[in-house]
Amino acid sequence: MTDNGTYNYKVVRQFAIMTIVWGVVGMLVGVIIAAQLAWPALNLDIPWLTFGRLRPLHTNAVIFAFGGSALFASSYYIVQHTCHARLFSDKLAAFTFWGWQAIIVCAAITFPLGITQGKEYAELVWPIDLLITVVWVAYAFVFFGTVMKRKVKHIYVANWFFAAFILTIAVLHIFNNLAIPTSYLHSYSIYAGVQDAMVQWWYGHNAVGFFLTAGFLGMMYYFVPKLAGRPVYSYRLSIVHFWALTFTYIWAGPHHLHYTALPDWAQSLGMVMSIILLAPSWGGMINGMMTLSGAWHKLRTDPVLRMMIVSLSFYGMSTFEGPMMAIKTVNALSHYTDWTIGHVHSGALGWVAFISLGCMYYMIPRLYGRTIYSVKLIEVHFWISTIGIVLYIVAMWVAGIMQGLMWRAVNDDGTLTYSFIESVEAMHPFYIIRFLGGVLFLSGTLVMAYNIWKTIVGSTPVTTAIPEPVGAH
Amino acid sequence: MVDFTSGFWTWFISLTTIVSIIGLFIFLIKCSKRSADEDPDNVKTMGHVWDGDLEEYNNPLPTWWFYWFVITLVWGAIYLVLYPGLGSFAGVLGWTQVNQLENEMQVADDKYGPIYEQYLNTDIATLAKDDAALKVGERIYASYCTTCHGSDARGGRGFPNLRDDDWLYGGKPENIKTTLLNGRQAAMPAWGEILSKDEIFNLTSYVEKLAGREVDSMHASLGGELFKTNCAMCHGAEGKGNYMFGAPNLTDDIWLYGGSQKKITETLVVGRNGKMPAHKEFLGEAKIHVLTAYIYSLSNN
Repeated sequence: MTDNGTYNYKVVRQFAIMTIVWGVVGMLVGVIIAAQLAWPALNLDIPWLTFGRLRPLHTNAVIFAFGGSALFASSYYIVQHTCHARLFSDKLAAFTFWGWQAIIVCAAITFPLGITQGKEYAELVWPIDLLITVVWVAYAFVFFGTVMKRKVKHIYVANWFFAAFILTIAVLHIFNNLAIPTSYLHSYSIYAGVQDAMVQWWYGHNAVGFFLTAGFLGMMYYFVPKLAGRPVYSYRLSIVHFWALTFTYIWAGPHHLHYTALPDWAQSLGMVMSIILLAPSWGGMINGMMTLSGAWHKLRTDPVLRMMIVSLSFYGMSTFEGPMMAIKTVNALSHYTDWTIGHVHSGALGWVAFISLGCMYYMIPRLYGRTIYSVKLIEVHFWISTIGIVLYIVAMWVAGIMQGLMWRAVNDDGTLTYSFIESVEAMHPFYIIRFLGGVLFLSGTLVMAYNIWKTIVGSTPVTTAIPEPVGAH
Repeated sequence: MVDFTSGFWTWFISLTTIVSIIGLFIFLIKCSKRSADEDPDNVKTMGHVWDGDLEEYNNPLPTWWFYWFVITLVWGAIYLVLYPGLGSFAGVLGWTQVNQLENEMQVADDKYGPIYEQYLNTDIATLAKDDAALKVGERIYASYCTTCHGSDARGGRGFPNLRDDDWLYGGKPENIKTTLLNGRQAAMPAWGEILSKDEIFNLTSYVEKLAGREVDSMHASLGGELFKTNCAMCHGAEGKGNYMFGAPNLTDDIWLYGGSQKKITETLVVGRNGKMPAHKEFLGEAKIHVLTAYIYSLSNN
């Protein structure tokens, strides 16, 4: 047997552990602001704890700290395993870890202080944006460098998705944040008016499409076949949906700006491409689910696989819901309501969080040379969190549709039936249910954190030799 | 609304879009073709293996999924013929979001306009006793006025209480209607730059005295002199205010910006510029007529 060296598991372990840590932190902040919406006095009249400052902290923590760490961890794990090669550069990989954590800490300090550039999901001010750019370029070098070193001719499908995610996020991040600084903490966007809005939502929607979808499909393409012990259902389907998804997603941003100053033609194109996006989105779900054919029984016995398949179901549901909401007439009702929040969370909790946590259940024991401390606790986690998601989404559906209907209801004299404050009052019970849903989801994650802690405590890190590719000479 | 700087952009957008949709269609068809030696009942793997056991089958595209994809592409193409999308091409239906809004407004005006028009012939004081009119007025109030004046119409700091009998610009029906139609702009100057700290203090004492409070008589009388020369022009010699300038009555202990010594001093130092927006263009006279009746009724019924 030839010596191929070992995998770099250190950086994967670091990112994996921080995935759990930031997951708990981000969800906790989410629960706090959900409580503030139900009981506004909970901001305690302290500026740092007000909703407007904690909300970007929540979104950035769950998307970029939790989701980002999960993507780094899984992409580093998968690219090494499917290329049969150690990461391109240990030092650069370590830099991406410490750099990314530094960015998260900067976010955690600046947002409560109210330091923001006011672009949704891109609130960080320009010096931090520069740091993100540097770390991201390093990430690209590590990832693509490893792909270049691969010992197998064909690039595995998971790596296509990670590659698309890394490249596109770089482009989106840079162009959306182009700005002229006026001080160390303030800058003006180089775009003006509706063009700034369009660039922002070109970025914003593709943060969903590439950060929260393409990257996580990469995870799915590795871990689902691994856990199912079955080949991926269809290579041909993965080609069609990969290219169609990445190509079409980039057009969809304008559906965030229906009935605004954005010209009609741009709104229409955004809507048409959002509808066309439906089938390519579902391609990934079909490929994941059908991979299980012949192994459906494993859903009964393997809670991690079940978590991933449920996450694919939520993926399918929210990628159906999304194009529907992109239709102008539906959007006229749903826009600015809590329906949008529900939609985002069926994707964020159901799809992104579940698939990420599933990956962690798979990877972390292997990274520490242990088996999971308790399968029973995974079951507990799965059920608590699933109930939490359902409560959350249903509450927001009802609340959102009710808001939309209340806002447009008119009396027989043409006046509005409800004043705005009445629609706010009507939300109260649903905000409480949403809060409870969030508490349940967070509780499930805490169960997992305990389970992971018991799994790894006292273990010694594993070094694993890289095996020779099957069929290689 | 199309604001292209040159004709190039229409072509650029149209061609990119058309090529993209047709390209997706061709790509889909190409990928769905099976080679002659493929046996759908015995699907083989692609022959590549990663990480020990990762392999890929090459099952055909699910038929329902394939057609669904085709339908969305065809639907997209039809939509772009009917609606604006391809650059400056307006679409066969001629729809724009602006004309949609105008049409809906027109329909609403035709339908609801007469309801308001009928009230225009009745004077406001009479309308203020008409339950049906008051109901309509209350609804208009709830939609447009609550943000500043509160859902109970008791106002807030900087926003007058509409339920008491204290009026800045007059409480007669025609005064209220004028306020609603044309808006009001108050102009209490900032005296902080003009008067000394001691003078402001004395003036504050005098204003408190006007409101009937116990204050140091020496400071108040010094303040009284200042009041005569600087304030009486708008607030009147007795401090009872003047509707013409929107100058508040200072003797009734009702305060728009707070009545504590500190707040009165602040008002004197920084001035106040309360603004009631005009609603004539926005709501039209007929609705304002009914709204006036409702507001009048709050303090007169």
